[in-house]
Amino acid sequence: MTTKQQILQWLQTYATVIEQNKDYLTELDAAIGDADHGINMNRGFQKVLTQLPTLAEKDISNILKAVSMTLISSVGGASGALYGTFFLRASNAVTGLSELTPEDTAKLLETGLSGVRERGKANLGEKTMLDTLQPASQTFTKAISEGNNTLEALKEAVIAAEQGMKNTIPLIAKKGRATYLGERSIGHQDPGATSAYLMLKTLQQVLQ
Amino acid sequence: MKKLINSPENVVRESLEGMALAHPDLIKINFDPTFVYRKDAPIQNKVALISGGGSGHEPMHTGFVGMGMLDAACPGEIFTSPTPDQMLEAAKKVNSGNGVLNIVKNYSGDVMNFEMAAEIASSENLPMINILIDDDCAVKDSLYTQGRRGVGTTVLAEKICGAGAEKGYNLQQLANLCRKVNLNGRSIGIALTSCTVPAKGSPTFELADNEIEFGIGIHGEPGRQRMEIKTADQISEMLTFSILEDPPYIRTIRELNLESQEWEELELTTPPFQSGDSVLAFVNSMGGTPLSELYIIYRQLAQICEKKNITIIRNLIGPYITSLEMQGVSITLLKLDEEMIKLWDAPVKTASLRWGV
Repeated sequence: MTTKQQILQWLQTYATVIEQNKDYLTELDAAIGDADHGINMNRGFQKVLTQLPTLAEKDISNILKAVSMTLISSVGGASGALYGTFFLRASNAVTGLSELTPEDTAKLLETGLSGVRERGKANLGEKTMLDTLQPASQTFTKAISEGNNTLEALKEAVIAAEQGMKNTIPLIAKKGRATYLGERSIGHQDPGATSAYLMLKTLQQVLQ
Repeated sequence: MKKLINSPENVVRESLEGMALAHPDLIKINFDPTFVYRKDAPIQNKVALISGGGSGHEPMHTGFVGMGMLDAACPGEIFTSPTPDQMLEAAKKVNSGNGVLNIVKNYSGDVMNFEMAAEIASSENLPMINILIDDDCAVKDSLYTQGRRGVGTTVLAEKICGAGAEKGYNLQQLANLCRKVNLNGRSIGIALTSCTVPAKGSPTFELADNEIEFGIGIHGEPGRQRMEIKTADQISEMLTFSILEDPPYIRTIRELNLESQEWEELELTTPPFQSGDSVLAFVNSMGGTPLSELYIIYRQLAQICEKKNITIIRNLIGPYITSLEMQGVSITLLKLDEEMIKLWDAPVKTASLRWGV
């Protein structure tokens, strides 16, 4: 079971992780985009951080929904829309719950992922955050179906996420501003795939 | 980094506060969420025209709010698209009951945030249409990219559609006009230097003294190709021919059908330029290039157009869609018809574009 406290802890820790990696994410973005991914994500999650204490009495779905609205209205750019949509859809998958079974968590990841796919109209292999989220979600669901608990499944999912993130390095970007570099986007790790990996890795660390 | 700022996180807000103080006769500014709007909005019996995008492209879009152009502009953070709550609140402020047309530049962040705004607006019975501007012919296809970026034609579309709205076009007519302007415009740009995003504090890319970036957009992102610097005439020629020799550009875009409330896919084609065309020529500074150099670029552009039997009947020269302090230039050519000429010439009174009043 994943508790509401753990979900709150995850969001709080991720805000810190984003702050610590703000410059790193921005440098990754400068290579193929417009040098603001870390700055924008940090603006959004600092807002989330100030908001978290007011969410302590809400259920997990409403916590995620509040996070979504904060991200949509404060991050801007593609990251705001995509992360906002991820949390909005994820919140719909766990309506009314204050703790999550491994199956609930699998559903949360799957619906969040499908939201990102629809909003960004992206597919696997296009050098986006989907390259991290999709293998992670699939690996998680498979591990759960094989009888693993949430933490065990998440460990495998994070390994898949890291591989997915690294797999973006040799890819040509097909979404977002990086596409305008054509072949010059090859050789750079995608910043969105990186922040998505950090998000999953943070969840694993919190559950440990 | 040397910039005239107090702190990187307050650049957008303090700049807008200064703008409000400078132009109290024209505009008002709302914060939380942020948007600039016509002081006299909503204008009765008029479709409201809104645009928005990242800050750092001044005077676009805030400088174009006023009579004959935009009713509101939604500035995001530097080079970051605004958020749906900004568009929604701006729309509610300036909508007179005749609906809202958003002019959206084709960048993934702008497109997604304006799509979310349109979805929410339609659920609240506020008619809202987004028309995409995708005129940057440095980008060759839309199959493997986000499609062409929205660059210089955006300024021309805001002026022409602003005049259309003043003349009483309804929402659908205005959307059709905006789509027509987009489909007749093509742009391309080059950079001599990078720009520095205040929050990052160092140049987005490094160019050697003898290098230029060809085919850039407006966000300090590197272009398609790096090459050795050439003379102004050679650069002007390279840019002009990129536009004049660009083949038909076909792409599929999404627009919200107001009747069915569903997103529909439309296949649109930008036809190539041909001998006998009448055009508007727009030579734009990316922020750090002086007017003297823009005229050197225009000189060669005008000579080439004359040789190709393309008649420049209107022009616009200056910094109108910029990329902070980047040195560089972009050229936009817009094929004009009678309707567009009439609307271009119509009076406009904004902070940064003003004639006929």
